[in-house]
Amino acid sequence: MFDLTLAGAAKALKAKEISAVELTSAYNEAVAALNPRLNAYITTTPELALEQAKAADARLADGSATPLTGIPIAMKDLFCTEGVRTTAGSAILEPFVPPYESTVSGKLKAAGAVMLGKANLDEFAMGSSNITSFYGAVENPWKRQGSEAKLVPGGSSGGSAAAVAARIAIAATGTDTGGSIRQPAAFTGLAGIKPTYGRCSRFGVVAFASSLDQPGPMARNVEDNALLLNAMAGFDAKDSTSADRAVPDFTASLTRGVKGLKIGIPKEYRLEGTNPEILALWDKGIEWLQAQGAEIVEISLPHTKYGLAVYYIVAPAEASSNLARYDGVRYGKRVDGADLIDLYERSRAEGFGAEVKRRIMIGTYVLSHGYYDAYYLKAQKVRNLILKDFTDAFGQVDAILTPTAPSAAFGLGEKMDDPVTMYLNDVFTVPASLAGVPAMSVPAGLSADGLPLGLQVIGKHFDEETVFAVSAAIENAAGFSALPEVRAK
Amino acid sequence: MAYTLEGSTGAWEVVVGLEVHAQVISQSKLFSGASATYGGAPNAHVSFIDAGFPGMLPVINKECVAQAVRTGLGLKAQINLFSRFDRKNYFYADLPQGYQISQFAHPIVGTGTVEIELQDGTIKHIGITRLHLEQDAGKSMHDQHPSKSVVDLNRAGVGLMEIVSEPDIRSPEEAGAYLRKIRQIVRYLGTCDGNMEEGSMRADVNVSVRKPGEAFRTRCEIKNVNSVRFVMHAVEAEALRQIEVWESGGEVVQETRLYDPAKGETRSMRSKEDAHDYRYFPEPDLLPLVLEQGWVDGLKAALPELPDEKRARFCAEYGIPFYDAGVLVADQATADFYETVAKGRDGKLAANWISGDFFAAMNRTGKSIENPPVSAADLGALLDLITDKTINGRIAKDVFEEMVETGKAPGAIVEEKGLRQVTDTGAIDAAVTKVLDENQDKVAEYKSGKDKLFGFFVGQVMKAMQGKGNPALVNEAVKKQLG
Repeated sequence: MFDLTLAGAAKALKAKEISAVELTSAYNEAVAALNPRLNAYITTTPELALEQAKAADARLADGSATPLTGIPIAMKDLFCTEGVRTTAGSAILEPFVPPYESTVSGKLKAAGAVMLGKANLDEFAMGSSNITSFYGAVENPWKRQGSEAKLVPGGSSGGSAAAVAARIAIAATGTDTGGSIRQPAAFTGLAGIKPTYGRCSRFGVVAFASSLDQPGPMARNVEDNALLLNAMAGFDAKDSTSADRAVPDFTASLTRGVKGLKIGIPKEYRLEGTNPEILALWDKGIEWLQAQGAEIVEISLPHTKYGLAVYYIVAPAEASSNLARYDGVRYGKRVDGADLIDLYERSRAEGFGAEVKRRIMIGTYVLSHGYYDAYYLKAQKVRNLILKDFTDAFGQVDAILTPTAPSAAFGLGEKMDDPVTMYLNDVFTVPASLAGVPAMSVPAGLSADGLPLGLQVIGKHFDEETVFAVSAAIENAAGFSALPEVRAK
Repeated sequence: MAYTLEGSTGAWEVVVGLEVHAQVISQSKLFSGASATYGGAPNAHVSFIDAGFPGMLPVINKECVAQAVRTGLGLKAQINLFSRFDRKNYFYADLPQGYQISQFAHPIVGTGTVEIELQDGTIKHIGITRLHLEQDAGKSMHDQHPSKSVVDLNRAGVGLMEIVSEPDIRSPEEAGAYLRKIRQIVRYLGTCDGNMEEGSMRADVNVSVRKPGEAFRTRCEIKNVNSVRFVMHAVEAEALRQIEVWESGGEVVQETRLYDPAKGETRSMRSKEDAHDYRYFPEPDLLPLVLEQGWVDGLKAALPELPDEKRARFCAEYGIPFYDAGVLVADQATADFYETVAKGRDGKLAANWISGDFFAAMNRTGKSIENPPVSAADLGALLDLITDKTINGRIAKDVFEEMVETGKAPGAIVEEKGLRQVTDTGAIDAAVTKVLDENQDKVAEYKSGKDKLFGFFVGQVMKAMQGKGNPALVNEAVKKQLG
């Protein structure tokens, strides 16, 4: 039962081979068994899930079901969920039970998806390894061959990734600001897409960096992503940056193939010092697409090398402002002080973790008088150049292929001493975030020590369909079927 | 004569610029659906957006944008079809998001100009630098609990227009005239109620002094002054303070100050060193605000007539003096009242009655133009009775007082009391004869050259006729009989 994909489970539910209650109960049990070890969920909601499963069975019976009805999923704990504790991986929101529902989680709810719980994440989605969560690190269900060392699942959607990989959720929601869906998907052998900025509403999603944040799905394969995105996407009047444009049926593009498509290979991504395994996998991806009739074109994204620097100015700048509301005054954690300033300082000192504090300080600095022009303004200019790189490239090609991450999942405790080394994880994913274009990670192979590796497909603004088509072609060619050691069976 | 203040080193000129914060009249707040109504129980008009809850996003209220554009048009200002919102970051308990959404680099309204009139009739133009939209903060109260402060977020997120003037103002009088003019314009437009007592309009006053002909010297900003009178006082008090500083060999430092109306002085609030670094940056939750020229044109076409235009039209259409027209257009309701009375009648007569007896009655009874002591229709009917000579001007005043007292229509009062003017020359002649007979001695004096007694005879005749005699006919009859 745990081997069913979302599409497979939907088919089984529709054919009444299995009921939503049976499926959810099995998953609830699997969560109860594995979550204490993996820590993929901060909050589990088994009763709520069962209730939703019952309602799903009613819909399956009366014919009002959607492909998501009765599908047990994990909800990244950055989405506000009405009546269910929401933490954003931080202590500062404790206690916070939103009296409202985020648009995306609401759409999934309306489609009949069953929520198993709220998935762990880096605090305020700031991290690439899920180690900054106040609720503890998440263990990657994958192991290096012959080693029991705990690996990180990537981040910030690490809980979502671990839950789906370990089969304690069929699929999950994530959010991606600089790679937070794609990198954990790559680290855990999943497919995950960061849609075009504006494709999914940010309303009710705890903000990290508003101009970059974008909700998206994570699942076992490309098709499941398409099914989820069909339900998650769409204009929302409550988010002024959401795009008022029609949402196509993304599943229709899965079988399009890549014949005749021009696929760009950015020469600048062959970074010096990149793991040869990653480069080899990339070459393999190029061959697969070529073999299926795509034309490979070398392209240039000259400003890519500034991507990380720009990202680590823009994202902290916005974060420093977005996180100002967590002040201990209206909700969440309050530590009383002698006066208002003291209350702020104590509440925020206790409520925020080290990485969040670091980014608030960086962000405050780059926006400060006298530094704004040199940092924030300059970064915005370079961001425009990066966007132009992509616009120019997409004048020549239909999609771009790159690796997702510079390495496979690393060990818990590795790369912890230097935040900059950690930031390098995002080197391939950040440019697409800055440009706002859609990008998907597809599992494409294993490293020498048996860990999953992903390739990234980047598309034009609002052309997720081509991204899905190319990703499906890679998926077919790669035939990735490896499974993690720790999983529900 | 230019306004100057005399110091020990000679005359000083005062330089003033005003930042007026005007609360937008709208159903809901600038970025949320919560009610923007004044008052209400504390925290009754607060949405999750206003309270800065996680994941909440602002959505611009189109009506607030329209109000800002209308105001810009009323200030004869450039409407910027592209504008953008920025975040102004600072921490305070009544600022839930930790930032105020404002417009810093790209305001919705650019330069414009406002015409003010001074006591001596001088007209002066004050430049408008810009008008931008921003959200108001909530209200912190420190006197409700012995050890805690409480916060009311009803106003948090309400739309404000900040109207910034050029430093063109040169005296307390000009500052007052400018502020009154801005208030008059927004009230005409219906974009702000201009109520300074409730705080829906308040001003930050920038003051500096200089020797005539000099470049600008350092200015100080006096925050949140909430009446026209206080603005005028604050300008003078601050200018005098600065003059004293300069003349005693000191230097005025740029700082934010507060005006204390009780003491009539300003005092330091925070110095430049303590000034906030607001870390402005473009609000990433909102797209730039892009307006279509056609939409702006539509708003322009639908604008009400503004005070300056109305005043000019009143002069031309009703033949009244410029000064009188200024009094009548002071506010829209008075202008409307006047026009209802004046339409199709003698405009001057209407103006005289309104600025004379009518205003006097309004002040005396404590009523307002919205709830007048005499309706415009009744006052018009009274003027008709004068014009068609049913009553004379003297009797009209009595009828008017009766109208104020009883609320009755003038026609009814005239009939009831038999106040109709006597134009029967026979009756008038008889009355004249009787008066002259009874005052033979005075007639003799008159004839010996005491001309002034003519008025006495007319008065006596009018008195004998209970004031109802047609004044012209009475005059004529007296003159004739005296030979």
